[in-house]
Amino acid sequence: MSARWEWLALLGRAARTQRGAVGLALAGSVVLLAIIGPFVAPHSPTLSVTGTFVPPAPGYPLGGDTIGRDVLSRVLAGGWLLLAVAAGATVLGVGAGVVVGISAAYLGRVSDGLLMRIVDVLLAFPPLVFALLLLSVLGSHVWLILIAVAVSHAPQVARVVRATALEVCERDFVRAAELLAMPKRRVMAGEVLPNLISVVMVELGLRFTYSILIIAGLSFLSFGIQPPAANWGLMINENRIGLAANPWGVVAPIILIAILTIGLNTFTDAIARTSLGVERPTEQFELAAAGIAAGATP
Amino acid sequence: MSVVTAAAGRGSYRFRRLARAHPVLCHVAVRVALGIVTLWLVSVVIFAATQVLPGNAAYAVLGRSVTPQRLHAVERLLNLNRPLVSQYGSWIGGVLHGNFGTSLANGESVSALIGSRIVNSAVLVVAAGVIGTLIAGVLGMLAAARRDSSFDHGASVIALGIAALPEFAVAIALVILFSVLVLHVLPAVSAIPAGTEPWQNINELILPVATLAIVIAPYIFRIVRGAMIEALESDYVEMAQLKGLSRRRVLLLHAFPNALPPVVQVIGLNLLYLAGGIVVVEYVFDYPGMGAALVDAVSNRDIPVIQFTVLVLTAFYVFVNITTDIISLLASPRRRVAG
Repeated sequence: MSARWEWLALLGRAARTQRGAVGLALAGSVVLLAIIGPFVAPHSPTLSVTGTFVPPAPGYPLGGDTIGRDVLSRVLAGGWLLLAVAAGATVLGVGAGVVVGISAAYLGRVSDGLLMRIVDVLLAFPPLVFALLLLSVLGSHVWLILIAVAVSHAPQVARVVRATALEVCERDFVRAAELLAMPKRRVMAGEVLPNLISVVMVELGLRFTYSILIIAGLSFLSFGIQPPAANWGLMINENRIGLAANPWGVVAPIILIAILTIGLNTFTDAIARTSLGVERPTEQFELAAAGIAAGATP
Repeated sequence: MSVVTAAAGRGSYRFRRLARAHPVLCHVAVRVALGIVTLWLVSVVIFAATQVLPGNAAYAVLGRSVTPQRLHAVERLLNLNRPLVSQYGSWIGGVLHGNFGTSLANGESVSALIGSRIVNSAVLVVAAGVIGTLIAGVLGMLAAARRDSSFDHGASVIALGIAALPEFAVAIALVILFSVLVLHVLPAVSAIPAGTEPWQNINELILPVATLAIVIAPYIFRIVRGAMIEALESDYVEMAQLKGLSRRRVLLLHAFPNALPPVVQVIGLNLLYLAGGIVVVEYVFDYPGMGAALVDAVSNRDIPVIQFTVLVLTAFYVFVNITTDIISLLASPRRRVAG
């Protein structure tokens, strides 16, 4: 029961640090903008209401895009789906990674070897390349993007979680639970998992940032959320040719993505510093995730 | 090392003796063997994603313009009319014999199509890797040497900011700065003319290389800084300082070698990142490399090209991972002796 509140307490502690407050404010403002954006957009995000790449003018504060749609309206409408898919992919991917990581650490030997081989195989695919591979034949669907991103997160999370869980599994209270003949699943969920909360929280933050980058990248390559729906990644690509005439179509979405990811990264850093007490947390996690951390066993 | 010991435990007495006598050699052999197994499984995943997933590949290729004749032609080209195992067998058999299939988009052989692009991408990755590592490494050492100075704090904040930026944002920011809005000195598009090598087109290379170097630099900076701080706080560095050695000598000859293992690992990590990073950056600059080829192939549903480019990128990944592991093993005496 107490584990449920531990998550929130952790977030609260991170948010009260200077670093955490700045990160939360940056990321939170972009998330807020993406959520209320579609309701306050002055024009339709999908209809041409002004000229091609017209510079900012009264009524169109950010000018027109590649086919004369209002850039401001598209910016306001183009964030929520990106964020929703990123959040879904993150929760799914981190969830799967936690299950695999704890199972590998706790069940040991055969399961461990087998699960970690699968992890090795999936790790060999750069996330964006893996998503492209899945989308190539099945075509671009929102659910498929969500799954592709989740699957590319899971092995990295599994590695990090396994490394930490291995130590937890050696502790006395786990042995005690075993002696009480507690079922394995309950030991893993009730005894091991609550001791991994800080690690999982840091992973959630890191993976959410990566999800946004991958999904925006996919949209930028025009394999993401399909046009004509507005989307920050796609906007950057569509309006590149009009950079000289009206840079806002490119600059506005880039600034929003940058504020969002910088904010998230800073907040994640704050979580790691307050809960794990490490000085350069994110790199340690990434090294562990890539499987080349010092002392990583093959 | 658990696999080594586990394998030795299960294996013959001779293997155990060999493992004890040559721990490094044994570790290398196990890593390479595991790498080959991983690559084989990777090829199965690639094949499954492109030819087995529901949604007939031939339909995907032809889209709406499907006629029975063309459907048959594509099916024969991809061996879709044969059982799955035999399809996989002829694909992987071809790959092992250097026959990578024929592009569905233009009928050229995949090796002719991709061959020069591998070189172009390699130039990009190596140049960005070397430049990014050198600049970030030097900055990281300076930041560690002047810990908590304003330079250290400034560089750390900038690194945190850049680390969160997507590569296309960096790329387009550079395009805005150097080719479209502010200055007009570098090309926004890096078309390498056919028949010329990338290094003969330095102007075209600058922006893509700079983008990738900027994207990888923060990680290297932070790891070098952290590892150097750790090394500088150690007893042997204090000893060297007490002996009256010069600051530079202490930094370069005493602290730096001990900071090497994590640095090797982060360089490896960044090479791994570059295998995926080139996709977006080559696309932005229209640079004729593997990444741009993959994007083209995915939009054309050109399955043989997709299979081959993904296989090359993953093989690079596995290779870098093994190499990094072995080098960092050799660079850390404690692990080297412990086997």
